[in-house]
Amino acid sequence: MIVVSLSATGLRAQKKAEILVSAAISLKDAFGEISSVYEKQTGIRVHLNLAASGLLQKQIEAGAPVDVFASAGLKQMDALQAGGFIIPGTRRNFAGNQLVLILPAKSSYAVVTFEGLRDPNLSRLAIGNPKTVPAGQYAKQVLKKLKIWELLEPKLVLAENVRQVLEYVVRWEVDAGIVYASDVPASRGRVSISDIAPEDSHDPILYPVAVVKETESPAEAESFIDLLLDDPGQTILRKYGFLPTR
Amino acid sequence: MIWHTLKLSLLVGAIATILIGFIGTAFGYLLARRNFRGKDVLDAVLTLPMILPPTVTGYYLILILGRRGLLGSPLYELTGWTVTFTWVAAVIAATVIALPLMIKSARAAVESVDTEYEIASRIMGKSEGETFFRITLPLAGRGLLAGIVLSFARAFGEFGATLMLAGNIPGRTQTMPLAIYEAVASGEDERAMWLALILTSISITVVYLTNRLSRPRKSA
Repeated sequence: MIVVSLSATGLRAQKKAEILVSAAISLKDAFGEISSVYEKQTGIRVHLNLAASGLLQKQIEAGAPVDVFASAGLKQMDALQAGGFIIPGTRRNFAGNQLVLILPAKSSYAVVTFEGLRDPNLSRLAIGNPKTVPAGQYAKQVLKKLKIWELLEPKLVLAENVRQVLEYVVRWEVDAGIVYASDVPASRGRVSISDIAPEDSHDPILYPVAVVKETESPAEAESFIDLLLDDPGQTILRKYGFLPTR
Repeated sequence: MIWHTLKLSLLVGAIATILIGFIGTAFGYLLARRNFRGKDVLDAVLTLPMILPPTVTGYYLILILGRRGLLGSPLYELTGWTVTFTWVAAVIAATVIALPLMIKSARAAVESVDTEYEIASRIMGKSEGETFFRITLPLAGRGLLAGIVLSFARAFGEFGATLMLAGNIPGRTQTMPLAIYEAVASGEDERAMWLALILTSISITVVYLTNRLSRPRKSA
């Protein structure tokens, strides 16, 4: 209790020139860079809290002291908005993404397109679990649209996050995998993109951001979102494989 | 950054272990030596964090201690401070998760002490407290120490509940397991490997020590 009350008074005394941004862990590299730009421009310190979007959502619902929430899925943001946890007027989509078919970098077996997944020689395809992983839901939509979902179902390896799909492909545990374009740089050249899913084959992949209602620094939080939507932010996001929203 | 992370992990592990040592021994003694209504229920509740997925325990913790939580909200009203996303949260998460290990070890250690010594001490007019510190504690010492070391190892490696309650904030609440999670998620394989090696070697050392300590003394 002594520890608790000491740090309580300590925190109260200091006027905080800092914000806390909860961001989906898939945004790590891009947000790290954007935060440094923001810190340089404003002198306001940015703390990043990185985890799965669903977990970040639960933290905010429980009253965690977050200023900005950047989600990898619309679902989590919609839930927070419905519960009155964010300021609706500040909500924006700051990035998009593409779904890509990837192969191990030196694969001798070349599936060239999504259509090519029909090939009977294909033994295993990794996607995110459509029940829990957004990228898996989109992948299922694409395969359904191409009418090859039923055909491929017995060959699917379901992963618990996109990163795991990437790992399976890197380690040649599967012939191919379906991930976001922005996940590919993390493989450091050990996978190659062989096809991009047509935009109309799945729901739009969008990343929403908003100011959390209970923030004590609304102005700083909004200026962070402005930077995200403006040029330095959008350029950095593009560098990491995300699509600009405008 | 690795040093900061390691320092924080050791600090969190150490403070959690001290808390666990006291709380766990008290509950272990209570369960071993006292009979009261609801004892089995208490035992079950105290064991929960060991059985539930740590993320679920973390979810309970944030429901209780968060700014909107049962205890968290009066605390916030009173002080304007919330435990969420502080290093204190990491200590609480680690403590709750590792506590059952200590309680189980302490209970077994106390139960292994022959009650006749305690009875003799009480007959000679010593209070229960004095009997505990002079008789029970020294005789159960080896088992308690093993429990403490094991609890430290568990607290040091805590991930799920910590991620939920303390967040994953580099330089503030990011402990070793969280840093590994983040490195793996962003494809920094080499960093992930080094962090994992450090964490593993510390844990192995600790578990090795536990085994040494809990081995029964060879009778000469």
